[in-house]
Amino acid sequence: MDSITTQVFQQLINGLSLGSIYALIALGYTMVYGIVKLINFAHGDVMMVGAYSGWFAITVLHLSFLPALLFSMISCALLGVLIERIAYKPLRNASRIAALITAIGVSLFLEYGGMLVVTAQVRTYPPVFPDTKFIVGGVYFKYGDIVMLITAVVLMALLHFTVQYTKVGKAMRAVSFDKEAALLMGINTNNIISFTFAIGSALAAAAGVLMGVYFNTIDPLMGIIPGLKAFVAAVLGGIGIIPGAMVGGLMLGLVESIVSGLGASTWRDAVAFLILILVLIIKPSGLFGKNVREKV
Amino acid sequence: MRLFSKGFSLGMIALLSVSLVAGCGTTAKTGSSDTSAPIKVGGNLELSGGTAMFGQAAQNSINLAFEQQNAKGGVLGRKLVLVSADNKSDAGESTSAVTKLVTQDKVVAVLGSMTSSVTLAAVPVVTDNKIPMISPSGTNAKLTVNPDTGEVRPWIFRACFIDPFQGQVGANFALTNLKATKAAIMIDQKSDYSKGLADAFVTNFKKGNGTITGTENYVAGSDKDFRPILTRIKSQNPDMVWLPGYYQEVGLIVKQARELGMMMPFMGGDGWDDPQLFNIAGPEALNNTFYVDHVATDDPAMATFVSDYKAKFNSVPNAMGTLGYDAANLLIKAIENAQSTDSEKVRTALENMKGFKGVAGDITIDPKTHNPQKSAVIKANKDGKPTFLTRVAPE
Repeated sequence: MDSITTQVFQQLINGLSLGSIYALIALGYTMVYGIVKLINFAHGDVMMVGAYSGWFAITVLHLSFLPALLFSMISCALLGVLIERIAYKPLRNASRIAALITAIGVSLFLEYGGMLVVTAQVRTYPPVFPDTKFIVGGVYFKYGDIVMLITAVVLMALLHFTVQYTKVGKAMRAVSFDKEAALLMGINTNNIISFTFAIGSALAAAAGVLMGVYFNTIDPLMGIIPGLKAFVAAVLGGIGIIPGAMVGGLMLGLVESIVSGLGASTWRDAVAFLILILVLIIKPSGLFGKNVREKV
Repeated sequence: MRLFSKGFSLGMIALLSVSLVAGCGTTAKTGSSDTSAPIKVGGNLELSGGTAMFGQAAQNSINLAFEQQNAKGGVLGRKLVLVSADNKSDAGESTSAVTKLVTQDKVVAVLGSMTSSVTLAAVPVVTDNKIPMISPSGTNAKLTVNPDTGEVRPWIFRACFIDPFQGQVGANFALTNLKATKAAIMIDQKSDYSKGLADAFVTNFKKGNGTITGTENYVAGSDKDFRPILTRIKSQNPDMVWLPGYYQEVGLIVKQARELGMMMPFMGGDGWDDPQLFNIAGPEALNNTFYVDHVATDDPAMATFVSDYKAKFNSVPNAMGTLGYDAANLLIKAIENAQSTDSEKVRTALENMKGFKGVAGDITIDPKTHNPQKSAVIKANKDGKPTFLTRVAPE
């Protein structure tokens, strides 16, 4: 292959692995929004907590990758439920802006509380995967790339299955469609909402562990930028729509890597947020969104 | 309340009279013609506070330097003695510490401080009192050259090179030792340090007929994925990459570059110097990477100093200690050259210092900027630790 083609394929690989992380975080945003119409700005910070619990599981408890991933997902699922019960549930009938501001508060609490507990010092993940490199036609990828993509795809498939084909998933869709009607049909909406937070946070934790393993360094403020990017991804795909978050995340990863690859690395973040603005202006419901008339 | 205001005005009067006396003191200072009394040198040092490690290391090595000189009979037949004042790593305290040294202890020169902002706070005091001051390790360009007028500050000197100089040394090393003709640059957009080192590298690399294949920017702190820009650099096929950043991003960049199959040398400045670098990038990825630094304790030229220091303080000297030792010996040499402790003569001797043999490299002071022209150390990262490779002269 000539060098231009190699470069293009390399950038596609770069974009896909970054995009799968965005997608995992975006799924949590989108699920929570779909159910309680709340933009959970603390979501990126839950990811940070996930990265730290994964780090703890690997370095202190000496677990291998999969058990550490599970450990981190379970602890963050609990954290997500806790946050929902303490911070959001009392405000369920308050105005949406109140809940949004609370979410920002929770986000700051996790960031700076985290700094207090684990200090601002950067920590490094020990090498979890073998350093094997694969070279196909001049395009390099490593073991970690493959694990990341597979983990992301498996988790997304599991989520899709849960939402579409299980009883809980059916209940989730019902609550998302009409909370009051679902309640009248005998669905325990509180439990369903907690369940949604648990799943969303577990996915964020998985993204956190993957980021830690992949990029090696974690710090208490690591969730801010990926959290914002994932929000863009969720809006791009259509907030509240699960396949939209997956596609939005992957697309955003690809766009960022292409922008940097064209030599405009300093414009990368600007382009990401420009996409957010354009989507909001042109098609606020996102790529996968249907134009539903606002319920009055 | 009345009592208080009375006390206050009394205090003011006391303060004023102290400063009057002090004013007299400075004029009388040069009149002291006692040729047997010890020469008092002030140490405005960070003995406590955030950078106490720096000040304490410097104090140890200044004492060591004076002791060694005194054992040889002192300078001009007089013993040297260090009068230390603790500036608590604070700019405000630095001003009062240096005022005490200059007006009460009547020191002939001041050594310190170790950090730029704390040193800067002492500049007006020594300038007004016409006392030469040498900062062992203050790297900010503003210390010796007034940024508003562009003129050199006549009384301020330093024993270390300033930041952009690392770019010059890096370019020389890349051209002569690495035999590189094509270099790519990666700049941390947020940091003046990184930009300064990059500019100096580009200027000197081009002077040596090298070409820059491309310049890429990143933002420290928020960027973690550098593969897109590395992929771009890879396609330009440079002989080496100049990467003047801090260890955290450097670690990630080198790691990701190796994963993309980029095996060329990476090089940077003293921002690389942290053991964390090896945890982030992994020891293997860091082979074939180099950085410019002030001192290396495994440098053979430093062996005597290191063993002397170890014998006295039971620990290995760090960079700050080494630069403190050089600053003290630089002052001794200046007093010898001036054949006097008169502050104006010492100042002139410092300004015209040429080829002073310091343990961290030979120092020639540039009279226009008071910045030393001195060699720097190149360290090579090898199997998980930095090792001394060579010294590179400025030209």
